[in-house]
Amino acid sequence: MKRIIVITIFLFLPLLSFSQEILTGMIMDKNNPKDNLGVFGANIFWLNTSVGATTDEKGWFKIPYKKNYNKLVVSYVGYKTDTLVITDLEPIHHFITLENELEEVTLKSKKKATQRSFIQTQNVFTVNSEELLKAACCNLAESFETNPSIDVNFSDALTGTRQIQMLGLKSPYLLITQENIPSIRGAAQVFGLTFTPGTWVESIQITKGAGSVINGYESISGQINAELVKPLTDKRFFLNAYGSLGGRLELNTHLNHKISEKWQTGVYIHGDYRGEKFDRNKDGFLDNPLTNQINVMNRWQYLDSEKGWVSFINVRYMNDSKQTGENNFNPNLDRGQTNIWGGEIDTKRFESSLKLGYVFPELPFQSFGFQFAYSNHEQDSYFGLKTYDIQHQSIYSNLLFNSIIGDTRNKFSTGFNFTYDAYNEFVNLINFSRNENSFGGFFEYAYDNLDNFSLTAGVRMDTHNLLGTFVTPRIHLRFVPWEKGVLRASIGQGRKSANIFAENQQLFASSRQIDIQSSGGEIYGLDPEVAWNYGVSYLQGFNLFDKKGDISLDFYRTHFQNQVVVDWENTERISFYNLEGDSYANSFQTEINYFINDYLNLRLAYKYYDIQTDYTAGKLSKPLTPNHRFFANISYETKQLKLNNQWKFDMTFNLIGEQRLPNTSMNPIQYQLGDYSKSYSLFNLQITKVFSKKFELYVGGENLTNLKQKNPILAADNPFGANFDTTIIYAPIFGRMLYSGLRFKID
Amino acid sequence: MKKIILIVCLLLIGFSAEAQKKKKNSKVSIEVDGVCMMCKKRIEKAALNSKGVKFASWDLKTHQLSLIIDENKTDSKIIQQNVAAVGHDTRGVRAKDHVYNQIDPCCKYRGKKIVDAHEKAEN
Repeated sequence: MKRIIVITIFLFLPLLSFSQEILTGMIMDKNNPKDNLGVFGANIFWLNTSVGATTDEKGWFKIPYKKNYNKLVVSYVGYKTDTLVITDLEPIHHFITLENELEEVTLKSKKKATQRSFIQTQNVFTVNSEELLKAACCNLAESFETNPSIDVNFSDALTGTRQIQMLGLKSPYLLITQENIPSIRGAAQVFGLTFTPGTWVESIQITKGAGSVINGYESISGQINAELVKPLTDKRFFLNAYGSLGGRLELNTHLNHKISEKWQTGVYIHGDYRGEKFDRNKDGFLDNPLTNQINVMNRWQYLDSEKGWVSFINVRYMNDSKQTGENNFNPNLDRGQTNIWGGEIDTKRFESSLKLGYVFPELPFQSFGFQFAYSNHEQDSYFGLKTYDIQHQSIYSNLLFNSIIGDTRNKFSTGFNFTYDAYNEFVNLINFSRNENSFGGFFEYAYDNLDNFSLTAGVRMDTHNLLGTFVTPRIHLRFVPWEKGVLRASIGQGRKSANIFAENQQLFASSRQIDIQSSGGEIYGLDPEVAWNYGVSYLQGFNLFDKKGDISLDFYRTHFQNQVVVDWENTERISFYNLEGDSYANSFQTEINYFINDYLNLRLAYKYYDIQTDYTAGKLSKPLTPNHRFFANISYETKQLKLNNQWKFDMTFNLIGEQRLPNTSMNPIQYQLGDYSKSYSLFNLQITKVFSKKFELYVGGENLTNLKQKNPILAADNPFGANFDTTIIYAPIFGRMLYSGLRFKID
Repeated sequence: MKKIILIVCLLLIGFSAEAQKKKKNSKVSIEVDGVCMMCKKRIEKAALNSKGVKFASWDLKTHQLSLIIDENKTDSKIIQQNVAAVGHDTRGVRAKDHVYNQIDPCCKYRGKKIVDAHEKAEN
């Protein structure tokens, strides 16, 4: 027995003396501390040395120790790498945490106010919240004013509604999504953008050309995605008040609250009010409608980065009312009468959505996504003696799976969409109701050689009760020929059913008769619109006098296979018919961004449009669209002092070329407008004073040169007569508009 | 004697645990030397270009190249050789000098001056 003891002692002696030089420890995963399992295969090494070890299956490691080693690095794929300070040989017990991929993405977007991507395959332009602040006011439609890729036009002389265009095509030809859920479509098409308050928007991504197949087949000339503020990253409290000399008052409040480690919630309230009547051009009609809007959204955000789950739940309610028409119109007395012309538009919208995402913790490149959205949009309106009521209920859902083929150079997304739209639509009490539903599957493949070439190719197949069964292909290519140069090309198809009344609501505020030249099609007797979009673009970054800049050239062409032509060429009516012949929109844009120094930034753009359609009267260019536009924006910031104290200046100049006017030669001579509008320029200025991180004030002016369209309303003297028309709008109606506002925020 | 057998058995158990089944999605981490985002791109590209590597991410601060690999197709040694072949030293494989000399001047991580310059730029 003694012998055994002696042997054992001898056996252990070397171990003991050796163990003095060894540090031991255990690495555990913070996510699952309960099952008491260590992390197998984590790397342990002394910083700046080649001395390392890996953990065994129970999470234990042993690593040689020397006195001059003091920093121990612990790393594991998908987890944060930790550096521990070691002062003695006490065994250590360390927890590692998952890297939070979701947080990383939001941080990245804060780099620059606007960014044209060098990396993405698609031609994407990102506008973040800093750039959004430069726009004077106040909703999504108005937030594109400092962005040359998007044109903002007035839709009519009465409602003050701004409609956007991209590549020369109006917003119905764009897919507008809110956090990747198609949102502004159907009945919400014209006013929808004005129903999203600007302060709710965190960033906007503008994709020119066909776009991705994931969110549907509807996009034709591009996609606009608005990311809303998120309870997790938004300010704890935010207040914005705005008032303009045009009688517009707005108030925005955000309240965000952390419920638990994983749950965050936010309440966002927007109210706007315009009660003062203005008729600066003395035509007897209000220049802007009287408005009243309340808009409330509640968001819930769930984030469990350890298990890989993320979720958003949104509920939103909006109630908007507008009154327009002659100055002394009283809805209670004058509705349905022919003494005073006026109209009202009442809109109620309810929206709810659920998003669920799951990233496989073991496989960071693999994820699931599910989206479900329901909305109910109800508009009751009348314009003089014409009535237009529409209710649009919509369901959208999307199931998405992302992963790789072989390795992360080859990625794919695949899944299904289901959409259901029920329209209850009454035009002058004639029933145009219809239901649409579609089910489709998509597959998108993305290749990146990690160097100078990438490709995204997608295809989807849908079955739609009115559009039939069809395939939608889309391809985007990116090639880097040399340093800082990016060449892109895209081709893709899109299609949609034209909501002829919702998209052209301004027609009701005119004496035009509605003329639908039915071809026996499924939607108002008309066929679905189908178009191909092709584009090439080139982006080159440069250094000039040691300062950075970039120049881009874009050329895009949209070619319609079928279009529902909206024909304004006869003043007695508005005609809708299927395209017979040719219809295309060519757009060319060049843009230069130059950072003159750290504080001064210049952006110049020129755009040329050539949009032609075969009307019954022959081939004509699209009315109310200039062929030439020039855009300039200068922003200047003073150096940030203590507490972020600084001044910011932003100036925007727009030159809008002459526009073809719809044919008015049939009208009596006093109601004729000529063939072309004159070109004109607009000048906006905004000055912001930041007092501290918490508080800032801004003042500004839109249309400082006080440019106004003469006679925006034809036959304003006889609104119930045959020549009344408020739809021919090519310039601002209201003239100069001065405003000021404040922002208050608590982190 | 029984005790000795027991000790030997325990030791053996420790060894047998090492002989693991080959995994399709195995997480591996390798220390790779480099100094900048250009190095990052080069390292990740070399890693992804080796067969069986599904995911690669190199951390500038810790110099750790995190990988997800299919153990049936590759192992840490092969990847280290491929990374070294584009000019980056790994813990196990040192890049050949003539390859190292070909990488961009700003990526010369073996030179102390360049490393210091990058560190300054970051701070």
